[in-house]
This record gives sequence, C-alpha cells and structure tokens, in this order.
Amino acid sequence: MGNPMRIRAKSANGETTVRVLMSHRMEGGQRKDANGKPIPAHHINTVTAKHNGKVVLSADWGPAVSQNPYLAFSFKGGAKGETVEINWVDNKGDSRTDTATIS
Amino acid sequence: MKKTTQSVLAAACVAALMAACSSTTMSSSADADRATAEVIKSSFQNKGIAKLDRIAPEASNDLCSQADVAGKALDEKTAKAIEAANMAAIKWPSDGKYLGDWKRGEKVAQSGKGLTWRDKITRVNGGNCYNCHQIDPSFNSYGTLGPSLVGYGKLRGVTDPNSPAAQAVVKYTWGKIWNSRAYNACSNMPRAGTNGILTQNQVRDLVALLLDPNSPVNK
Amino acid sequence: MRKHLLTAMTALALSTLAYGQSDMEKGINKYREMLADGNPAELFEMNGEELWKTARGPKNATLEKCDLGKGPGVVKGAFVELPRFFADTGRVQDLESRLLTCMETLQGFNAAELAKVKYNKGEMANIRDIATYVAGQSKGMRFAVPQNHASEKTMYEVGKRLFFARGGTHDFACATCHGEDGKRIRLQGVPNLTKNPGDGIGFAAWPAYRVGNGQMWTMQKRLNDCYRQQRFPEPKYGSDATVALGVYMGVNAKGAESIAPAIKR
Repeated sequence: MGNPMRIRAKSANGETTVRVLMSHRMEGGQRKDANGKPIPAHHINTVTAKHNGKVVLSADWGPAVSQNPYLAFSFKGGAKGETVEINWVDNKGDSRTDTATIS
Repeated sequence: MKKTTQSVLAAACVAALMAACSSTTMSSSADADRATAEVIKSSFQNKGIAKLDRIAPEASNDLCSQADVAGKALDEKTAKAIEAANMAAIKWPSDGKYLGDWKRGEKVAQSGKGLTWRDKITRVNGGNCYNCHQIDPSFNSYGTLGPSLVGYGKLRGVTDPNSPAAQAVVKYTWGKIWNSRAYNACSNMPRAGTNGILTQNQVRDLVALLLDPNSPVNK
Repeated sequence: MRKHLLTAMTALALSTLAYGQSDMEKGINKYREMLADGNPAELFEMNGEELWKTARGPKNATLEKCDLGKGPGVVKGAFVELPRFFADTGRVQDLESRLLTCMETLQGFNAAELAKVKYNKGEMANIRDIATYVAGQSKGMRFAVPQNHASEKTMYEVGKRLFFARGGTHDFACATCHGEDGKRIRLQGVPNLTKNPGDGIGFAAWPAYRVGNGQMWTMQKRLNDCYRQQRFPEPKYGSDATVALGVYMGVNAKGAESIAPAIKR
C-alpha cells in the first residue's frame, strides 16, 4: 500500500544509476504528541532493489531514516528498456513495490 | 472594492476629458489607501489569542508605514511627536532597580516564543532578541536585522552599572527595550514593554545582559 | 527599511556585510544543493497531476477544463503569470484561489467550505498537491505577472501598502524582515522582496518542500505562517490581502526564474 515511489533509472558506460523517492512517514517511535502520548513507530525496515529479477541492493533501515526517504545507488550492468523494481516493507507489515524502465 | 475603484476611475476620466486613461495616473494614492483598508477588513479573522484589534489603526505604525510606502522619511516634527508620545508610555522600574540577572537575560534573549495565534495567553514570552541581534559573541545563531550588541556596556564605558556615571546609559537601555520608538520614531524593534511582550523582571534581566560587566557581552 | 539617517558610511558597511556570505550560510547552501536531487516535492507533484486528471466532486468532473489564465486546460506557463485578473469572477486571483474557483464551477465543490479546511488535511491537502503540480509545469520559466487590467494595477498598490503595513503586538510588517538586501533572521537569510531578489528566490521559490517539518508548503501557507510569526490575526485562505501580496511580489520578481516546487531546510 502507501503512495507510489518516484523512480528514475539511467544507464551509461555499463553502469545504471537509480534514484528513488519513497513516500513514507518514517515515524521513529520516540516522539510524543501534543498530549504527551507516544506516537507509535511506523517506518520502513527493509528495502530491496531488483534488476531483471536479480537482487542488486538490499538495505535494512529503521527509525533513523527520515520522512520521505531518498535513495540513490548504482549497479553494474543494466540497459535501456530493462526494468528496475524497488520494494519496501515496513514495521507494520505493509509493503510496496514499484517499477521503472531504465532510460 | 474593485467596482468602487473602477467607478472613481471612470468619473475621473470623464471629468478630465482624456482620450486614454491609465489607471496609474488617475488612481490616486488615496484610492489605493481606501482599497487597502477594505482589503484588510475583509481578509483577516480572529484566531486563537490573535484578535483583529492587533491590526486596528495605531498612530506611529500608520504614519511609519505610510512613510515607507512613499519612500520618504517622516518629517522632523512628526517624528519628534511620535518619540515624545512613546517616551511618555515607558514604565520605569517600580523599585528603581534597573538590572537583574544576565544569565536569565540570555534565556529571554534566545527565546522567540509567545503571542502567536498558536500560543496560550499564559505562555511566558521571549524577547526574540537573537532574531535580529548578535549578543553573546560565542553564540552563533544570530540575525542581522539589527546592530550587533557585542561589547554593548564596554563600548559605552560602563564599568559599574550602579555608579552615577552610568545612569544615563542604564536608563537609555531600559527605555530602548521597553519602547524603542521613544528614541527612534519608526524603529523596527518591537516595543517589548509598552506592547506587553515582556515583564519588568524580564527587561531587568536583559538590561543586565547588556550592561553587567560579568555578562559575556562585555567580556 | 527607511531610516531617517542613513549615512554613506553605514550604506557602505551594509553593502560589504550584505554580499559576503558567512561560512555558515555557505554550508547551509551546500546542504540545500545536496537536497535538491530527490526533492520529495516530486511526490506531491505526481499526486497533484493525478488529481487534476481525475473525475471528482459532486459533478464528477476533472479539472482539465480549468482556466488558469491562459485558456481552459492550459497548465504550462500559467503559474508564472499568476496572480491575474479573471473576467468570469471579476477578481484578481492567485493560483490557489483560482483552483478553488475551478473546483467549484467544474467539480461542484463549495469553495467557501474548502477555504476553511485546515492546511495539509482533507481537500486542502489535495489543493496543495494540485498547486504543486501546476507550479511545477512552469519550472524554469520566468515570472511575467500581468499589470494590464486596472484591477491588477490596483492590487499591486494594495499589495505594496500591505507589505509595509506595520501591526500586531510586535509592530512587524513584511518589510521589517524582507525590506533590505543581505539580511537574515538568526541563521535564515531573508530575501529583499521590495524588488527582484533573483532567480529561484522569494516568490520564485514557492511552493516548496520543507525538510525540517516534512511538509509541502504553498504560497498561501507561507503567507499564513508569516502573519502568524508577525503576531497578526489570521489572513483567510485565498483572501484579497494574500492575493495582493502575491501581485506585489510577483510583479517585483518580473523575469526571475521559477524553481517551484523547490526544497527548503
């Protein structure tokens, strides 16, 4: 669920650079609301990036990453027209997968 | 608003028998002032503790704003009258004590809290001083809208704020914080005392921050 | 601000300080450049584009026939020509008040009710996203806010007077902070809005995503929060005062490049 990610993937010189903007509250769980009640943690725990079905990046996040996280990385290979797939899973078990075509 | 302006323009055009009327020549400054007053009336609403009386006409604000729009300073006579009126509005310390604790003063100077529509009326207000001024030279988060106050007391030769020699500066410092327009008719500095932003004790602490030889301002 | 005694010396001192950025400010600007890649504003823009093209409201219609000043449905280039006079409403309107008009006439929403919704909530969140999308369609273009119609000229004069109008418990006007070159409040530089402050600065930098509170802010929200900090009572959403200020700042910024949606600390 959640809102769509914005993904841009570009390949040059045998390497593909991927930029992902994820929409997520990334609530750390340490904050309290105006009435002093703790705001429950709600954040992405794992991120997986695949190219042509193969995992090219996996990451363990947590409360330290801030709202609407921006992730940029590159991997060897990839060609124009191929697909990159990004998936995240959060601490509530929610997950989201979006794909983009390499340009 | 627009219909009134347009009919005034139309009348002026006809009266002047001009072939082409550009609204910038026909529309007088007074028309724009009237339009502005109407816009203000229709555009603002009470919210929280911030009520419409906060933007009711006020002598020095109205005159200074007009001068700013015209790009011309106020004439000497008007300026002096504003300064006199604001001087009369200064409340001097009830017990004759001008200085408080500079450490508390630094806290007052750093705090920008209070009096917005999100605040409760019971909130202790801050002086907002660092928004515009440099004060303690070791504190980097300072604004440049007002002059630096580093060395304030030292530069004015105040070694003992309780001495008779220092009284003029001590009084001026109190007065300037309480009501800046007593000394500069169109000062940009909030009138902390007269407008109820700070208490006597808070002003005492700020005076100490600026004049106590032990304050970091004067070290 | 005008002070009655501004000697040549003071002017010289001000100009030397004004254009020499402190190391702090240089560092902050570098941080902002790093943030610019991957601006979360794009998420709001994407949502706004979808909302523009989705049939919604009691009339179940899209906004694709909305006239933002360049003809029904023309979005590209509209933002840099707002605020402007609209014959159908007989008013000078900015982007957000015009969106309220379109949402009412095309989609059947009640504009007066929409204007009362709390910012970032419900339909106001949608208006925020649509405004972000529309602004983004003029990214890189230069401001050309019109001064042809008599009402547009009047609103410029009204905006100017409002800009210099001191009031509230602190006697602040917009000009108190935004009236001179090279000034800052604490560590935050504040542009001089009495003239063109440059590409992507001031009026040309909103809507913007604020990293500090993770919120997407439109110009209406920016003006609202300015007035809050000025300790004024609240300006109504889309009110003439807010539109007039937009005309004043927009006309002053003639030729400046719009970078909206931008990113701020």
